[in-house]
Amino acid sequence: MHELSITRNIVAIVSEAAAGRRVSCVRLQIGKLSAVMPDAVRFCFDVCAQGTVLEGARLEIDAIDGRGLCNECGTELALTQLAGHCICGSRDIRHLAGAELNVKEMEVC
Amino acid sequence: MCTHCGCSATARSTLTDVSDSAAAGVYEWVAPQRRLLASNVVPAQPSATVPIQQPVLAPISTPILAPILAPILAKNDALATANRRWFQSQQILALNLVSSPGSGKTTLLVRTLTDLQDRVRFSVIEGDQETTNDARRIRATGCPVVQINTGTGCHLEADMLARGIEQLQPPARSIVMIENVGNLVCPALFDLGEHCKVAILSVTEGDDKPLKYPHMFRAAELVILNKIDLLPYVTFDVARCIDYVHEVNPEAVVLELSATRGQGMDLWYEWLLRQVPFSKATLPAHMTQEQLA
Repeated sequence: MHELSITRNIVAIVSEAAAGRRVSCVRLQIGKLSAVMPDAVRFCFDVCAQGTVLEGARLEIDAIDGRGLCNECGTELALTQLAGHCICGSRDIRHLAGAELNVKEMEVC
Repeated sequence: MCTHCGCSATARSTLTDVSDSAAAGVYEWVAPQRRLLASNVVPAQPSATVPIQQPVLAPISTPILAPILAPILAKNDALATANRRWFQSQQILALNLVSSPGSGKTTLLVRTLTDLQDRVRFSVIEGDQETTNDARRIRATGCPVVQINTGTGCHLEADMLARGIEQLQPPARSIVMIENVGNLVCPALFDLGEHCKVAILSVTEGDDKPLKYPHMFRAAELVILNKIDLLPYVTFDVARCIDYVHEVNPEAVVLELSATRGQGMDLWYEWLLRQVPFSKATLPAHMTQEQLA
């Protein structure tokens, strides 16, 4: 349940950026390899947003696919999990995307 | 029937011009001919004396899209960076010990402190949801210790460590061992400002743990396979487990030991003291400089 702690951070970041304005929508980027479950964040969001300028705001989450680069043969790979081999057999894979955990933007009224 | 609003086609409406005290004229309107029937029509005289009632308009609130682009863990990461800078300024080696509950973190710590504390100064931060049991075990070795109870929290965060360090006041040129909450998921995400994470896995847990909890084993620089004295009694394939560790983290160093029986502890001490940013004079007597070169 680190998502509760994560969601508190989201509410704090957006509240500060909103500077008192009412927030109608928050958009996040969550990488599919980030160990954060979007559904758990959604579950926590309404509770964490209560009594703040985010109360009632819509939460939109862009799920970012995992991508990696094989350090042996240079092939770019789609990563669906952290562990795995390249088609060349190497497991020396540099992660390019999929670990994102960002507040991308908000809509304020 | 009117197709626009549904009113009767024969309906009459009467409009009275009230620009003068006396009615200046009556417009009679008969739908649908829509022509004026009255002959004595007098044009309405605009008058400045009667205020024109303007409706109050509600503003249309168009949402404004505002970019933020902030890492969700930015605050924790900033505090962790501050912790790391402070450790570096004090030449303190801080290690973040992570594992599932019951892997033997505290037993490993107690033995390490007992064996090395006359050569290196240690301080310990103990993280648990509840109780001070672990802190009392550490305290029995004579080592300064602070217990952080996270309550409902499942991991330590950088600000908790900062508060623990403030209370603990570890001396310069020492080692701070941070025993995280027993949990193979959440502590992987939270940087505390440590030199590195050390993941501990006991052979009673199953050799596929690195694949089941890849984030933690990817985040750790060192993986300790603990309780190897129990290998004859469990079905744990050491070679397969090490292969799984390297599958998620090709760079990880893996050490096999038993904190209870003492097997393999020398290798751990060698690794540990190789990380210290201060003098190598703190090495145990039986380890030569050549071994550590």
